[in-house]
Amino acid sequence: MTEYLVLIYDDKAKMATAGPETFNTLMREHDEFGKSNATSLRGGNALEMTISATSLRRDTNGKLVVTDGPFAETKEILGGYYVIEASDLDAAIAIASQVPAPFGGVEVRPIRVFD
Amino acid sequence: MSARVGVDEAIADAYRREWGYVLAATLRVTGDIDLAEECVQDAFGRAVSAWSARGVPDRPGAWLTTVARRRAIDVLRHAASEVRAISKVDDSDEVIIERVSDDRLRLIFTCCHPALTIETQVALALRLLCGLSTEEVARAFLVSESTMAARLTRGKKKIREAHIPYRVPPDVDLPIRLEAVLSAIHLVFTTGHTAPMGTELVRGDLVDSALHLAQMLHELLPDDGEATGLLALIIVTDARRDARVGDDGTMTLLSEQDRSRWDQDAIARGSALVKEALSQAPPGRFALMAAIAAVHAEAPSWPETDWAEILGLYDVLMRVWPSPVVALNRAVAMGFAEGPEAALTLLEELRGDPRLTSYAYLASARADFLRRLGRRSEARDAYREALALQTNEVERTYLDRRLRELVD
Repeated sequence: MTEYLVLIYDDKAKMATAGPETFNTLMREHDEFGKSNATSLRGGNALEMTISATSLRRDTNGKLVVTDGPFAETKEILGGYYVIEASDLDAAIAIASQVPAPFGGVEVRPIRVFD
Repeated sequence: MSARVGVDEAIADAYRREWGYVLAATLRVTGDIDLAEECVQDAFGRAVSAWSARGVPDRPGAWLTTVARRRAIDVLRHAASEVRAISKVDDSDEVIIERVSDDRLRLIFTCCHPALTIETQVALALRLLCGLSTEEVARAFLVSESTMAARLTRGKKKIREAHIPYRVPPDVDLPIRLEAVLSAIHLVFTTGHTAPMGTELVRGDLVDSALHLAQMLHELLPDDGEATGLLALIIVTDARRDARVGDDGTMTLLSEQDRSRWDQDAIARGSALVKEALSQAPPGRFALMAAIAAVHAEAPSWPETDWAEILGLYDVLMRVWPSPVVALNRAVAMGFAEGPEAALTLLEELRGDPRLTSYAYLASARADFLRRLGRRSEARDAYREALALQTNEVERTYLDRRLRELVD
């Protein structure tokens, strides 16, 4: 069994035009997803929008630089994640494909195990 | 002296024929592709001395498989760290007498997993199933050996780290997964049949590998219409090989080929497979493409080509696989069935399709029909456009000749 991170990406423009009904439906769908896949889920959360993100870097002198916003400005932003456990990539894809992601899609990344 | 030559030939033969079988069977033991490759390489190494001393065995494949699997079991037992398995490790000691067909099928589906890029899928299939060396695969795709080695390494790393399973997909996923396998094999064939770059029109090693893979797939999935169709398509299309390139290395168009140089046995075999593929309703794209190739192959001469039938087949193909390339080929068939103006109308529409902007064959098709209509200056422009996009030397020579014929 392997753990995978399922990252949910949302297109900013699509999200901006969605109304409250869409978001209510989305909440419900995530709830259903969670119930249907309870044995495979190890965690997950929605994230606040990128306007509330803070990024930290070190400048060339090693000094901490704090900036407002996500690490990289992209068209699709990280909206949330799940941690799932699956026997192999096909099983992970089968679960991840059920994650509601109406504004974009998901990335499936294996979590590294250090022996 | 001659005994050693016999062994060398047997080894070379075994590389071509047995590599996929032996690797797939060993992979079942190791669960790791790199280790399986090492063990198979090791077995081939031992074969050189063993076969020289004791003669070539009756079943070289069985011999190699037994030795490779035994080595794999040894390595795993002595391994200090855990080998990250991609499937359950099978360490049974049984001597493999019969080939397990499933192994190669598993390997094909693993190599052609959609989570890998198409270039990686094709590279892995050629290396692991056809036994081509990294250098041979590199040469086939006109990249450096180190580039190809890196591509293969990354592919195997992805398989290992993302845990792409070593198995035949369950029935529910099979249609989509099989489509990926067929596309990969078809890409190997088209790359070999009309090489996109370089100085040769045909890369025989790629065509042979595609044929080998298609035959393997057909053997393993005899009831699948599309696997049958792909095999038929490759056999019938490649039957024209000897007529496509003139003795001076120039390209000969289908309309000008000496049909007596076509392989009639291959055409007969291919046509029989086409019938088989079409008997599976509804017909898939490979069955239809094979049928089109068969109609061409059965025409005793260019003027006797049944263009109406070909057009009808393209109409069905467009419904099944509405790609811009199919639309282009259909337009060309329309040109021969109903006249150049009919083709040009369709080809003009296709010029607006962004997916075809760098497709040389759209320009060369327009050029040809414009030439037939005597619209010389437009034809010249179209040939120039085609030359700007065409990267294969043999094709360029042909286009250049046509252009020069119009400049006077």
